[in-house]
Amino acid sequence: MISSLHAVLLIPAVAVLVLALVPGYRLGAFLNMLASGLTFAAGASLLFDPNYRSDILIVDEFNGYLVTLTTFVAFTTSIFSASYIGHEIETGRLTPQFLRFYHALYQAMLCSMNVALVANNVGLLWVGIEVATLSTVMMVGIYRTPEAVEAAWKYFILGSVGIALAFFGTILVYLAAQEALGEGLSAMAFDTMARNAARFDPNLLSLAFIFLLVGYGTKVGLAPFHAWLPDAHAEGPTPISAVLSGLLLNVALYALLRFKIILSANPKTLNVGLILIVLGLVSLVFAAFMLYRRRDIKRLFAYSSIEHMGIITFAFGMGGPLANFAGLLHMTMHSLTKSAIFFAVGHIAQVKGTQRIADIKGLSTTHPVLAVGLALGVIAIAGLPPFGVFTSEFMLVTSTFARQPLLAVLLIFGLIVAFGALVLRLQDVLFGEASGPSGEVKATYVPLFLHIALVLMAGLWLPEPVVRWFKVVAAQLG
Amino acid sequence: MSSMSFDIAHLLAGSILVLSFVLLYQDRVSAVLNVFALQAVALSLSVAWQAAIQNAPHLLVTAGIALVMKGIVIPAALHRIVRRLGIHREVEEVLGAGPTMLTGLGLVALSILLVLPAGQNVSILVREDLAFALAVILLGLLMMITRRNAVTQIVGFMSLENGLVLAATGAKGMPLVVEISVAFSVLIVLIVFGVFVFRIRERFDTVDVGALDQFRGEQGERL
Repeated sequence: MISSLHAVLLIPAVAVLVLALVPGYRLGAFLNMLASGLTFAAGASLLFDPNYRSDILIVDEFNGYLVTLTTFVAFTTSIFSASYIGHEIETGRLTPQFLRFYHALYQAMLCSMNVALVANNVGLLWVGIEVATLSTVMMVGIYRTPEAVEAAWKYFILGSVGIALAFFGTILVYLAAQEALGEGLSAMAFDTMARNAARFDPNLLSLAFIFLLVGYGTKVGLAPFHAWLPDAHAEGPTPISAVLSGLLLNVALYALLRFKIILSANPKTLNVGLILIVLGLVSLVFAAFMLYRRRDIKRLFAYSSIEHMGIITFAFGMGGPLANFAGLLHMTMHSLTKSAIFFAVGHIAQVKGTQRIADIKGLSTTHPVLAVGLALGVIAIAGLPPFGVFTSEFMLVTSTFARQPLLAVLLIFGLIVAFGALVLRLQDVLFGEASGPSGEVKATYVPLFLHIALVLMAGLWLPEPVVRWFKVVAAQLG
Repeated sequence: MSSMSFDIAHLLAGSILVLSFVLLYQDRVSAVLNVFALQAVALSLSVAWQAAIQNAPHLLVTAGIALVMKGIVIPAALHRIVRRLGIHREVEEVLGAGPTMLTGLGLVALSILLVLPAGQNVSILVREDLAFALAVILLGLLMMITRRNAVTQIVGFMSLENGLVLAATGAKGMPLVVEISVAFSVLIVLIVFGVFVFRIRERFDTVDVGALDQFRGEQGERL
């Protein structure tokens, strides 16, 4: 048990060093897959006995499931990445030297996300998210085009400001807890804090949460703080877009939820649920409208990520067993679907040589397999049955209707607007008159269709153990 | 706690804040770097004083890092880069010195109003330290917003970080985090500024971030 927890952190850490030294990019890509696969195996084995705590690390149902999801998507993305970078080498957009750097950073990011997820220490969580941010900043800038440098710069500035504010919030949390818990490591553990939160200073705790919200909220990409997200998604390598959307946003949201648990244990603090509801709805509606004006296909799906993070944040803001369940399911479904879409988009952009929506047309005639993959992904992400995203959105809408009909109306409005935008923007891409290059694709379709199959399965039939698992976590979130 | 040690802690934290203001109205890049170095020295003194009154010798490490890295090494390196690359010596401002200073005053008032009433159970010294720290953080943010040059933006970020260190060391007995965060902050500064300054330079022959604006992904293209 303890050993697999350590493995989740150690395998990628060792891989960083190894990959930084391995010269050949093929070997590097293979080792990257191998390390990610092993990490996934270790992560999945956490599910068998999710009970471990020390003052530094913790494993419970909540983060056990997220570690599994994170390592799984990181593993499938590493497979996609291997076929993606082969093409980048051929076209000369990346050099083997840069790929060495890229692979090492990929593992550094995986390692730091796992650190953030299993951290029981408030400070360690912050360190994990910070290192994950820095490693992705460098990967976003890896193409060194003016656009990529601009995107990375913006991401760096906004991300580090966010992270600085989150650190200030972390200090305030520690001070709020100090009277009740004293000093030392145990006073900074999430589980100890959650148990004793009723005795914390409520004003200081509320103030702390504001800083944490702005700080980690920037990383989640919630609406007023989202400016870095579309650029970072569009200009970096597509595997990085996939893990940014699928994983890093989740990890940041996880951090917020950990603090939400502490705050909701203290009745005199501000109403976290309400704040999350407002931010979630603002992100959803804003991003839904922004979808209409997108011309770049990766940017389009980046805004769609903001929209979905809004939905998830809204769900956790509503709280209660049903909405939390829907939020957890949506988090999982969004990660799987969005990374699958980016897998498809990555190959499409490579064969067409452009990311402009207007220049990508008629995929169904030129590249039928990619077209099917993208179409299924878009159907899933738009929230149509029978995919899992529909299930979670349906649960969220019905449970919201039962409690706050007015909010449900706003929620449905946002969902429909976003749906319309996706259909409008992608119709030509899929079914328009064929244009542009129609060359062979050297792509592995396995990760793409594996993700879609999982999302489809979740929509048709959610296995009993998963349901039980999510119920436990939903109860834990309160 | 004797009023003497209280006053000295105040003086040092206050001087960091004053130096944040001084940073705001400099109009030459080299002056900005010198003021930043001075602020780092003030920070290291403040942290060292906290180490003495809290009886926490490990904070001396933090003080040492602040002094050596931020006070000497990084400003010297930035000076060198500014000279070698022939970057504009003037600070390019988005907002004039007057309005910036007034906004800064408003931010200080805001941080006092926010922090002092909260946390009645925490000692007054810690609370005032936090108010100072928050003010330094917000002024750092302001500097990043109102200055276009990449070098001055980095200085703004590092001065923001000085505020974070001030806050972290003011929180009595906070374990581990100080060391980790300080080590990391130094790392960030080195990596990022190496990567960015050189890449930006390579592409644009300028370190003015404004020049990047024309490369914003979707701008200038009609639907």
